[in-house]
Amino acid sequence: MNKNPFKSKQYATTEIYRAKPQDMERPEDERPNVPQGIMTKCPNCGKVIYTKLLLKNFKRCDECSYNFKVLANERFAMILDEGEWLEFDKHLTTKDPLSFPGYSDKLVKTQTVTGLVDGLVTGTGKIGGLPVMLGVMDAAFFMGSMGTAIGEKLARLFERATKENLPVIVFTASGGARMQEGIFSLMQMAKVSAAVAKHCEAGLLYITVLTDPTTGGVTASFAMLGDIILAEPGALIGFAGPRVIEQTIGQKLPEGFQRAEFLLEHGFVDQIVPRDQLGRTLGTILRLHSGVDKEI
Amino acid sequence: MDLTPWEKVKLARMPLRPTGLDYIERIFTDFLELHGDRYFGEDRAIVGGIAFLGDLPITIIAQQKGRNTKENITRNFSMPHPEGYRKALRLMKQAEKFHRPIICFIDTPGAFCGLGAEERGQGEAIASNLAQMMLLKTPIISIVISEGGSGGALALGVADKVYMLEHAVYAILSPEGFASILYKDSSKAEQASCDMKLTAQDLLAFGIIDGIIAEPQGGAHNDFQTMAQNVKTVIDADLQEMLKVPMDILLEARYQKYRKI
Repeated sequence: MNKNPFKSKQYATTEIYRAKPQDMERPEDERPNVPQGIMTKCPNCGKVIYTKLLLKNFKRCDECSYNFKVLANERFAMILDEGEWLEFDKHLTTKDPLSFPGYSDKLVKTQTVTGLVDGLVTGTGKIGGLPVMLGVMDAAFFMGSMGTAIGEKLARLFERATKENLPVIVFTASGGARMQEGIFSLMQMAKVSAAVAKHCEAGLLYITVLTDPTTGGVTASFAMLGDIILAEPGALIGFAGPRVIEQTIGQKLPEGFQRAEFLLEHGFVDQIVPRDQLGRTLGTILRLHSGVDKEI
Repeated sequence: MDLTPWEKVKLARMPLRPTGLDYIERIFTDFLELHGDRYFGEDRAIVGGIAFLGDLPITIIAQQKGRNTKENITRNFSMPHPEGYRKALRLMKQAEKFHRPIICFIDTPGAFCGLGAEERGQGEAIASNLAQMMLLKTPIISIVISEGGSGGALALGVADKVYMLEHAVYAILSPEGFASILYKDSSKAEQASCDMKLTAQDLLAFGIIDGIIAEPQGGAHNDFQTMAQNVKTVIDADLQEMLKVPMDILLEARYQKYRKI
């Protein structure tokens, strides 16, 4: 029997449009103008997935386990107990310290497209009933590059956590330093590391979760300072970018170089945690440090 | 002497410019070089040790450029590996134990970006230095003598006082790298050097450094002795002050120095 041609179902088979980092470099009229889709296609294996199901599955492909990029607010929802969480410093934005040509325009555009004020969301909530301070970087905003806004938000997060005796969890995702803020971006590495150091001195717990990609000045500062460092499977984590290293050594890089698994083997990551186990793992770590279950 | 930012970049990179050891030889006495990080190896891109400044024992850490091509290769053009930063930290913690002030001479195009550097945790080495220098219970002075190349420089640059020589440069990236990323054209390095604001004068105006150390007419390479004397004068004056300040006050001021940026 012929299918009724008027009843044929057409699914939108394009990826959810998120302003990808490289889109930021393209003039606005060249960027794809694709609306939010009901379906999402896995860029790794090609499987088409219901977007809502994808979100329920921690934005991981159920076919090949490819980790889709997680937006900051999605990560907050995935990790924190349901219920209220409080966002800090929601409107904190950079002052463009170098008055860099074209930067403020690009900032406004990016803020409009992403709905973010800068590449980091901070706040507080609970995991397994235990209060925690949380910072999540979002690579959709200038590739998660760190400038004065991210530096300031992180310093404030750690200072608050020190004052309130709370642990901090930071999800890192960054292409490195915000070039347009020059030397100010460099100094954020020292500023944030200092706030981390004070939090550490107070005997408080700091967990980093390294996500794909985590590079440059972020790797060389707060990302590698966690008491416990977790990483997502396959995440690219390193100091120098792969292309720069290839140019320096004049050779192709070894298979798996700078991936989470490589870092684990070389002694720099405590555990690689798949997305569906992340909440549980973080909960366990918090309990181990909370002094709540003290009876033997 | 009015140089453009690009002229300063070129001057800072000049092979004839005084290096860390040139200052050590002229400012301090009885320099005892100490090698190795105790975990992996000896990184010759960084020279570290103890010496007398007058009759005051000091720990000195210097990024060291080669004074000829052969030496440059041994010193990896003063681009440290993780073991270089770990050696520096080991010596700085030792300085804390023995209540010795620390003087760091910064001069590097950047931390080395090779396979071994990544394998041994270049990011972790730098991060560790940043956090631990902030807490060290001893006065620290850092001086950018030529090139301050990004995180590789900052890893020796968390201090109570940070100075730059008059024609030194200190930046998030090289102008070539910067131009390549933002202008998609590394040959626009000269323009980048202006937009980036990387001169000593820029950084002083921003409040990021504490002072500029004057160079002899035409640049430090023209008169090593005078240049070293200018540096010594600053170090002497600062240490005299800082050694009188209670440590908790010094540490809080160090924290605020970076907190306000």
